[in-house]
Amino acid sequence: MIVEFISRAILLSIPLLYGATGEILTEKSGHLNLGIPGIMYGGAIGGVIGAFLYENACGNAAENMNPILTILIPLLTSILFSVLMGLIYSFMTVTLRANQNVTGLALTTFGIGLGNFFGGSLVKLVQSDLPSIALTKTSKIFKAELPFAKDLGWFGEIFLSHDFLAYAAIAIALIATFILNRTRVGLNLRAVGENPATADAAGINVTAYKYIATCIGSAVAGLGGLQYVMAYADGVWSNNAFGDRGWMAIALVIFALWKPSMAILGAFLFGALCNANNYVQGLGTETQELFKMLPYVVTLIVLIITSLRKKREHQPPESLGLPYFREER
Amino acid sequence: MSQKSKKHHEPFIHIVKRDELAPAKAWGIRIGAIVLGVLLIGLISSILTGEGFFEVYEIMFRGVFGRLFEGKTNMLWKFLQDTAILLCLGLAVAPAFKMKFWNCGAEGQALIGGLAGMFCMIQFGGKLPEFFLVPLVIAVSIIAGAIWGVIPAIFKAKWNTNETLFTLMMNYMATQLIAYYVYIVGGGSNVINPVSTGALPVIGNLQYLTNILIVALLTVAVYVYLKYSKQGYEIAVVGESQNTARYIGINVKKVVLRTMMLSGAICGVAGMLLVAGTDHSINTNTVGGQGFTAIMVAWLGKFNPAIMTLMAGLIIFLRTGAAKVADLNFLNSSFADISVGVVILLLVGCEFFIQYSVRLRHGKKGV
Amino acid sequence: MANQAAIELKNITKTFGSVVANKNVNLRANRGEILSILGENGSGKTTLMNMISGIYFPDEGEIFIDGEPAVIASPKDAFDYKIGMIHQHFKLVDVFSAAENIILGLEEQGRYNLKAAEERISAICDQYGFELDPKKKIYTMAVSEKQTVEIIKVLYRGADILILDEPTAVLTPQETQKLFAVLRRMREDGKCIIIITHKLHEVLSLSDKVAVLRKGEYVGTVETAKTSEAELTEMMVGKKISLNIERSEPKDAQVRLEVHHVDCSNREGTLVLDDVSFHVNAGEILGIAGIAGSGQRELLEVIAGLQKSDSGAVLYHNPKTGNVDNLQNKTPLQIRELGVRLSFVPEDRLGMGLVGNMDITDNMMLRSYRRGKSAFLERKGPKDLAEKIIEDLEVVTPGATTPVRRLSGGNVQKVLVGREIAASPTVLMAAYPVRGLDINSSYTIYNLLNQQKEKGVAVIFVGEDLDVLLELCDRILVIGSGKVTGILDGRTATKEQVGLLMTKTEGGEQK
Repeated sequence: MIVEFISRAILLSIPLLYGATGEILTEKSGHLNLGIPGIMYGGAIGGVIGAFLYENACGNAAENMNPILTILIPLLTSILFSVLMGLIYSFMTVTLRANQNVTGLALTTFGIGLGNFFGGSLVKLVQSDLPSIALTKTSKIFKAELPFAKDLGWFGEIFLSHDFLAYAAIAIALIATFILNRTRVGLNLRAVGENPATADAAGINVTAYKYIATCIGSAVAGLGGLQYVMAYADGVWSNNAFGDRGWMAIALVIFALWKPSMAILGAFLFGALCNANNYVQGLGTETQELFKMLPYVVTLIVLIITSLRKKREHQPPESLGLPYFREER
Repeated sequence: MSQKSKKHHEPFIHIVKRDELAPAKAWGIRIGAIVLGVLLIGLISSILTGEGFFEVYEIMFRGVFGRLFEGKTNMLWKFLQDTAILLCLGLAVAPAFKMKFWNCGAEGQALIGGLAGMFCMIQFGGKLPEFFLVPLVIAVSIIAGAIWGVIPAIFKAKWNTNETLFTLMMNYMATQLIAYYVYIVGGGSNVINPVSTGALPVIGNLQYLTNILIVALLTVAVYVYLKYSKQGYEIAVVGESQNTARYIGINVKKVVLRTMMLSGAICGVAGMLLVAGTDHSINTNTVGGQGFTAIMVAWLGKFNPAIMTLMAGLIIFLRTGAAKVADLNFLNSSFADISVGVVILLLVGCEFFIQYSVRLRHGKKGV
Repeated sequence: MANQAAIELKNITKTFGSVVANKNVNLRANRGEILSILGENGSGKTTLMNMISGIYFPDEGEIFIDGEPAVIASPKDAFDYKIGMIHQHFKLVDVFSAAENIILGLEEQGRYNLKAAEERISAICDQYGFELDPKKKIYTMAVSEKQTVEIIKVLYRGADILILDEPTAVLTPQETQKLFAVLRRMREDGKCIIIITHKLHEVLSLSDKVAVLRKGEYVGTVETAKTSEAELTEMMVGKKISLNIERSEPKDAQVRLEVHHVDCSNREGTLVLDDVSFHVNAGEILGIAGIAGSGQRELLEVIAGLQKSDSGAVLYHNPKTGNVDNLQNKTPLQIRELGVRLSFVPEDRLGMGLVGNMDITDNMMLRSYRRGKSAFLERKGPKDLAEKIIEDLEVVTPGATTPVRRLSGGNVQKVLVGREIAASPTVLMAAYPVRGLDINSSYTIYNLLNQQKEKGVAVIFVGEDLDVLLELCDRILVIGSGKVTGILDGRTATKEQVGLLMTKTEGGEQK
């Protein structure tokens, strides 16, 4: 059962990890993007639309579907949706210098609406009896696991039984860590988030960095939505099912102290905490609801501790949430 | 001639901060943004639904204000009720935002206020006389909201803990508390059957009138508080410049705590109106994300309750109207959220043209 | 080619809204030469240099680098022209190490290699005689170290043209000498160095040529060897003006405020006020002179209750009750409740003294809004006061409902001083009250201070113009690196005396 618990926690953690990695990249450029929950919805529905269209184009027959296209098309449509939303956010906050919090919240309203609108419309289109749309054929290909995973017992179940997007999430988080800490681009990006005036004076194109970081961050976060639908939910989209995971991803950023590598561990812990209620013996359903509060409580404690200790390396990027205009006097 | 400097072109456009735009012009730009948004929604609706462009607006108006279907209740009251609740939450966050305290926790504060009220209604219903129970429900809701609101403020004042993130986290803690309570009371059914003990009195036959009147009073009160009271003045000074506040001897921490207590308390009122005024029950979706929409109401209304009333009305109109258009044409009702999102994004974006002017550079060398 | 200027500006003009910061400025600087740009505060020196380094873009005019027309639209363009600027407010990322800051934004070939960069930094340090640990984080550094990082940053980028904005403002005299030695070595290396300053003795001891700006306009360039302090002063301030500030004799001086052995440390824990003691009498103006950032601000803030002091006492002799109250570490409100009528015109007018987005009436209310028991504001009094100040002090404004941020600097200051005086204080502190003001507004302020003095107010005046201090003040306290280095009689002291005390570093040298 422990094996199942860990395996399940990993599965739960992946959308959070995507969201958190995306948000970290964005926040490192000085943007507190509260639109991430909406963008994750956008990424999810983008993938669903792509998969839906491809499944229909193949006449809903699994044997007609090319596995590579089955993965590539939803992947691209998902990224397209989330990058477009990231572009809206960047355009509003960087070019039009709108308030980041308000823009982000509006984008979340918009994104959740977008997801539910297209989702709901697709449900109506297939005239399903259930309020959901199932893309099981696509999901099956997304969830393809290593053929020998089953033969390796607990090791296989914990480490090898997941879908490729789960491994990609960890890889992306590690790559993001590497880029942030070990490359010139990462150094420049961190400088933009810490002190844009300094970065600007050093010849860094602050606007470009903010745009690109936000859009890449959005794409990564959107993949979290895609992974949720295709792997966690077995290709079944139903409105509002994604829930509050976007906000939990933002919480995770704080928990991880703005480090993607820490977010891997944090996401696993969050996944475990979300999941623990099902595995702790003798819990009533009511206590399970209280259990679900744990990730937020833990995040709050981390937030308080970091503000208490004031260690400079553990603080949010210094100019987080502030607009930058070179000629402001 | 200009070949040598090929790699360095003069910037094509140049953005300068405006001196000050006349208020009439500024509002002209904002209204223009709203009109543009509404036109955009009409256009998208008419493409999606096949309805004529103008029919879309007719449906919206009749859906919001009129009796669209024979025999159904007049929708106007529902519109006023929805506007009142959204406005109430907006009034709650306005003082905090004016102080530059990012209270993103209106959702949770309202839920906790509602939860506390619900608790009293269930626990003391039938045991206490109504004339005693109703004020108790009101008071307890307000206090609970205030407490939930002041917690992040304590940490902000003491250790400068980031309040945006803090209040966001507290929203979800509130949601889970409610899920817990609903499960206990509902006995696993995820619903609490409506409880009428301790509910706000209904005036006449009009279900929503009490709520609407309370929010109307509150709107005037917050307007007066922010504009004419000493505490309101202190909020403005702290929001503009903490240095100035210290310089004239304002205790910034005290103002932060007091204002957040007020903000939470008004959220508590909103929660109480929803629970004791309308629903007589509670679930995790009672506030329905309006705590976030309220932030936009306050922001777009420039923290002025009069303008905020219009903004709340606009948002509810769009939401209800777009939902009605979607409903009649078998579109998903989330079309409403998209519509609201579009108009808000346009309104937030148009501020740029009020604060800055974009100048094209004259090509001196004929480039 | 030999006489080609490294950098040349022709007819540069830059405006911000309605404020003209630079008007038709012309300038040339050569390689192997140190050019000083001299001008008072607010004469447009920094704006001009910001246009060379790509922070601002000129509205009109042209820039030539080595004789070729150049368009510098961003700091990156400036680097491409090998221009490096060391800003007065350092542009460093606090959580980064020195090396990370130095290589920030560079587009070098090959892999990102912090080690190699650190080695190159050490090599540059050796070449010019800097001391720096490339691994040290900026937030743990002292000011002079941060400046070193800034200079190495531009050298690392191979800058040929170095611009330094008020580099000595934050340095001790020894550190200044070290910096000058480095700059001279760079000149020998064939670099073009432009240094912005308003300190004459530095100009004379360091530079080859001096360009003078006055109120945004270019006055002229002279060779240092062929000029004198008097000539430069005249170019800088315009026609030599006899200030002619009235100064009456203080009448029956009583002690109003005493400061006893006050120590104060800043957030980093360094001592910014070190055993400061002095007193101010009623009916006199006590001037405070010193290099910017020597502890003047902290001293006034300690008295006003805005900053905590580590030890010592601030004693107020109440003329009404005859009591002596200790104000040390009391809040501004507690001080007010003791019946102390303390007015304070802070250096940061719109950031502390006034609220820029509020109108004049609401700004008047800052001091008086608490009056009365009502929970509501009384706007009538403040409105009358606002109108009175607008009329009496000739404030140029469309009306009392105009936000103060839209007023010009001189009018903002009149509003602030007017309000502080209206509180009929017994102690009035003013920090750099004429900074950035035109001559007429400056005289309005001097007259107001004098009137207060004649009314028996104890006035503390922190100034930077020594001529003004010497003509206005009854006594002058000189502060250097947080210590009182001397208190002089304003009537007999000379400029040289004050200047000497300002640059004296160790109080202990005086025996």
